[in-house]
Formats: sequence, structure tokens, C-alpha cells
Amino acid sequence: MDYKEIIARYDGKVGGIIEAYHALLREFSYLPEEAIAEAARVFKLSTAEAYGIATFYSMFSVEARGKNVVRICESAPCHVAGAADVVAALERELGIKMGESTADGKFALEFTECVGQCQATPVITINGKPYLDVSPAQIPAIIAEYK
Amino acid sequence: MVNLTIDGIKVSVPEGSTILQAASEVGIKIPTLCFHPDQSIKANCRVCVCEVEGNRLLQAACAMPVFEGMVVKTRTPKVLEARKTILELILSNHPQDCLNCIRNGNCELQDLAQEYCIRENPFEYKVRGFAKDFSTPALFRDQDKCILCRRCIEACSVVQSVNALGLEGRGYNSMVVPTLGKALIDSPCVMCGQCIHACPVGAIGEREQIDEFLAAVANPDKVVITQIAPAVRVAIAEEIGMMTGEMPMGTFVQGLRQIGFDYVLHTNFSADLTILEEGNELLKRLKEGGTLPMFTSCSPGWINFCETFYPDLLDNLSTCKSPQQMFGALAKTYWAEKMGIDPSKIYSVSIMPCVAKKFEAARPEMNDSGYQDVDLVLTTREIGRLFRMSGLDFSKLPASDFDSWMGKYTGAAVIFGASGGVMEAALRTVYEVVTGKTLEDVNFAATRGITGIKEAAVDLDGTVVKVAIANGLANARKLMEQVRAGESPYHFIEIMACPGGCIGGGGQPITKANVKRVERIEAIYAEDEGLPLRKSHDNPEVKTLYEEFLHEPLGHKSHELLHTHYHPKNKKFL
Repeated sequence: MDYKEIIARYDGKVGGIIEAYHALLREFSYLPEEAIAEAARVFKLSTAEAYGIATFYSMFSVEARGKNVVRICESAPCHVAGAADVVAALERELGIKMGESTADGKFALEFTECVGQCQATPVITINGKPYLDVSPAQIPAIIAEYK
Repeated sequence: MVNLTIDGIKVSVPEGSTILQAASEVGIKIPTLCFHPDQSIKANCRVCVCEVEGNRLLQAACAMPVFEGMVVKTRTPKVLEARKTILELILSNHPQDCLNCIRNGNCELQDLAQEYCIRENPFEYKVRGFAKDFSTPALFRDQDKCILCRRCIEACSVVQSVNALGLEGRGYNSMVVPTLGKALIDSPCVMCGQCIHACPVGAIGEREQIDEFLAAVANPDKVVITQIAPAVRVAIAEEIGMMTGEMPMGTFVQGLRQIGFDYVLHTNFSADLTILEEGNELLKRLKEGGTLPMFTSCSPGWINFCETFYPDLLDNLSTCKSPQQMFGALAKTYWAEKMGIDPSKIYSVSIMPCVAKKFEAARPEMNDSGYQDVDLVLTTREIGRLFRMSGLDFSKLPASDFDSWMGKYTGAAVIFGASGGVMEAALRTVYEVVTGKTLEDVNFAATRGITGIKEAAVDLDGTVVKVAIANGLANARKLMEQVRAGESPYHFIEIMACPGGCIGGGGQPITKANVKRVERIEAIYAEDEGLPLRKSHDNPEVKTLYEEFLHEPLGHKSHELLHTHYHPKNKKFL
């Protein structure tokens, strides 16, 4: 769907720009410059302000990235539970480093702050869906769901 | 009124006052960085913290409202220690190259580091290491120096409605960046330079061109000439430790000769000329049904703004070049011929209160003399540095006069430096041209002052001409929206990009508070008041120019040299 149509759906809504950005992410996985400028126009902000909002929240990305966003928590409880090993497994499985996207555009690999599932660390999320008590051995199977 | 005690001193202030305001009433200075007297409260730097009895945590004096019976302590050991730590944290990633910084000696952070005896910083020193932005010919940005106070953002958005600057990221990673994190030239920046005045440190500054000037002076083949804009004299005094307006014109001229100018001329000459061209253009538009309201075109920040945000209104802009560019085009034609100087040898320097003038002089279309009309633009601040570099004592310097041809001017030209001045100067001339009568009282009170939007109506023998004046681009935007909607009641609109007009320009001595702008405005009108000639059409050199060279306003030669056209900027992101 065209970014203009996506943004127009939230026109007039209080705080609509946040919802519009989420909807744009579902479609493009990131916020293209043109979409930020269009959101600024629709929500009567300057492009500089709309860009400020787009970069303030870590869930949003202004850089093009893979379609399926894999995020791993880097907060203390996950760290203690062996997140570093999970990171290594993810990097190995996807063939990319943290912060990168796969060449086929299917996966992006990012850190996240705590997602509130500290009872079952380490935690990863894929497109917002949490995976709990993750071990390096499980990674290939989890990733395979999205291939 | 609210009664409180600050450091044991009783003070009574209006309800809604802050601790900072109350403290200043009794002469207690609380340090600030993000605070700006003409802006909203930001309270992000925290350096103004104080103890308030009954509060467990320290409070920011710039933001905390006073209450009845409040007891404030502004300099307890706890407070001093906290402020020192805050400064140390800010300094831990602030480049410590003060000696090379454009704001050395005029930096709010440097002052506080001094006041708080910051010696050895316990925090790890790590500069972020961003590349400097030299993408515009007028301004540079040094991201590493930014202390995130956000004063530039407010100047750019609220005062100027340009919105070229915003925040990116959050927390430790936040940065002030041009639109979409791009280079400044790709943002809607109009190069007015108001962000320079807002910046407490050296994160934004003018593109300094002192070396280029010194190279020209050192070149024996160059005849280095200068023109001075009217707003420069009133403010240059501030750069060399004198009071605003205190620099006598003759001493200023002598100073310019001393730093190497071969001929000292005046932009005021071409300001008078602008009035004749622009006044006649207005009359022509009124008579022949041309595009109205007509907008003035002297302020290059405003021209950039109109080309960026209102490309549909470019026909409303007067086709007159700015006084700087009229002077530039004439210097290498009329003046060169009259003086018997080869124009290819002339190095034409203009001294301006403005950074956008650097951009204007570099516009590719500004070469109607057959050469680049103006070779170099130096701001008031750069001239101040050259004066200090040359070790001149202005209290002892003998006066000198402007050189002849393009050095004479009237009071009408002087007031170009203040918001409303171009309008008033135009009215003085247009009135006499239209009515054939002598204007007895040349003072138009309604056009004067720092008020954002001013308006007046003038009766020209039965025809009422309605005029409006805006200073500061957010005010200009209001008038432009009216014009765009077809609801503007005016015939003639003067716009100056900077608050207060050129006296508040981006190249002037660093001006934090608007009260300084008001002082400079007063100095401008005092100078006008003291001059024998106060109407542009009375300027004898301008009369000669028309007799010998131009022949008539809006004539063939005028169109060739003194008029221009404008181009939509087509910026991708606004």
C-alpha cells in the first residue's frame, strides 16, 4: 500500500502520527524520508519534528532494514542469563552482525531494552512476538519460521 | 505578590515568577545555560539548581515557580558541588579546544567553567567526533560542541518558523540536527543566523573569511574597497568594549582604513538608491495594476524564506537587488569608470550585520558588472576581530571621512538598519514624488520599534496606501499566509528576516536578549535625527548617478545592473 494512504487513515486522530508510524513499519519495516515528510504535512508538524518523533522511539527505524525484525534484550537479567551466546547464535544463523540486515532483505538484527519478560530470560522478539528462555540451540528453528 | 527568602534576603515578586527571576531582583546571580530570556523554559541543563527548604531534591531555578514563604538557598556546598558536577559532565564530551573556538572569550560554558573553577575533570573525556557541517556558504555547525540546550531549535522554529533544526534520537544519543538528519544546505535553512545568537557555545557560527580578506589586502594587484551597512556602526562598538552606538562614524572609517581598505564607501549610498528604484517600482505597480502587495527585497534571509516557503509569491517581491548588490554592481562599473580603476582589480568587500549576505553575494546571478559583483562579505563580528587583531585604540584614533562617490548618504538610508526603516525611507520619498509637496515631519512613528507586525496607512493626495512591516520570519509568515489567501489589505510590505531588523542580524555581536536589539534601534534613529539630509532623493551623489549614468529610475541601465529575479528553491523537505 502507498505510504500516503497509510498515513491518511490516521488523519485527525490525536497522537495519530505514532499509530501511522507503526502502520508504516508493518508495511515497509522502516520509515522512509518521504513518509516522514508526508506525516509531518498531515499532522501539521515540521519535517524536523516528525523526524524527531521517528528517531525518539527505538521501535521505529529511519534506516531501511530487513522485513522481519529480530530483537534481543540487552538489559541486565538477559545479560546474566547468557544473552551474549544468543547474540552469537543469531549472528551465525543469519550471517550478519548486530544492527545489520540480511542481503535478501528478510531479516534485521537489533538490540532492544527490557521487554518485561524477566521471569524467562534471555528473551528475543521477532516482529514484536516474544520468545522466552531462548537458548542458542533453538535459534535455527525459531528463525526458520520466518524464512 | 509572593514573599520569599533567598539566601536570607527577603524578596517580593509577582505570582508566577521563577526563583531565577526573584534572585535577580536582589542581585543574586544563578548560573544558566539552557535558559534564554526571550524563550520558553527548557530546564534541561540543570546548572541553575538551588536548595528549596522542604524539598528533598535540588530544584531548577529557571523553572521552579516561587510560593509564599519559600526559603531558597542558592550557594550551599551541596548546590555548588552539584553545579560543578553538572558542568564537569557537560565538559566531559565537549571539545576542549577553546583556544581555537570561534566563541573563545564569548561562551557561556567557558564562563561557567571559569566561575566554578573547573580544573581536573573526574569524568572520562570523550568527544563524540562528528564531522563539522560546512555545507552552506553562510554558517557552519560543529555538532561536537552542542550541549543540547535547544535554544537554536526554538530560534529556528518559534522565532523564525523555518524549522530547519530538530532533535534526533533520545537520551545520551540525542543530537540537534537539520531536517531528517541531513546537511544544513538540504534543510529549509534560510541562513538568517538567529541560531548563532541563540547558541551559548560554539556549536554554530558564521563562515569566517578573515584570511581571505587579509590575502586580498596583501595582494598588490588588488584595490580593496568596502561598503558598510547601516546596522554595523551602531553595533561594532560592542565588539571593542564600547557602548552600543558609541563608535563615531569618522573613527570607524579610520579603523577600516587602518586594517587595509583602500577606499571606504557606504552601503547607505545604495540604500538611498534602492529607495528611488523601489519607490518608483511601487508607484508603477500601483498605477499600472502590477502585482500587489509589493514586498521589499533587501533582506537575503527573507528572500531565501520566500523562495523556500512561498515560491508562489515571488512576483510580489520587488525586483530591486539589495543595497549590497546594487553597490556591488555599480562599484565595478560606474565607480571604476569614474575613478579610472580597472574593475578586474577591484576586490569588493561588504561589511554586513548578516550571514545570509555571504550567500547572497555568492549567488551566480549576482555578476551583472561582468565580474562577481561583491567578492567578500564580512560580518560585524569579523570586523570586530580584525579591529582587535590590529590593536587599534579607538579612543585615540583621528577621524576620517568616507571616500567620494558612493560614500554619501541620508538619514533615510541609515534607518534601513532597523525594522520599519525601509518603509519609512520609502514613504519619505514616495510622498514627495506623488504629492509634489515637501514632507515637513519626516518621522513615521507607526513604522518604528521591535513589535513583530506593524501597520500604517499614508494618504498620498487622496490615494491611501496601506503598508505593513514584519520583523522575524514567524511574523512574516503570518502576513504571507494572508497574501496567499488573497486577504491582504496592504499595498506594500516590508520584511526583515531578523527580529528588530538588520540591527539584530545573524552577523551582529552575539545578542542574547532582545533588549540589546532595542538599544541598537534607538542608536539608529538617533543617527538619522542628526543628519542634515533625511530623504533619499536629496542624496547629491545619487542625483549625480542618475544624471551621469542611470538617467532614470527603472530605466534600461537600472534594469541591467540594479534589478534581479528570484527562483523557487524547490527544497525536497520543509
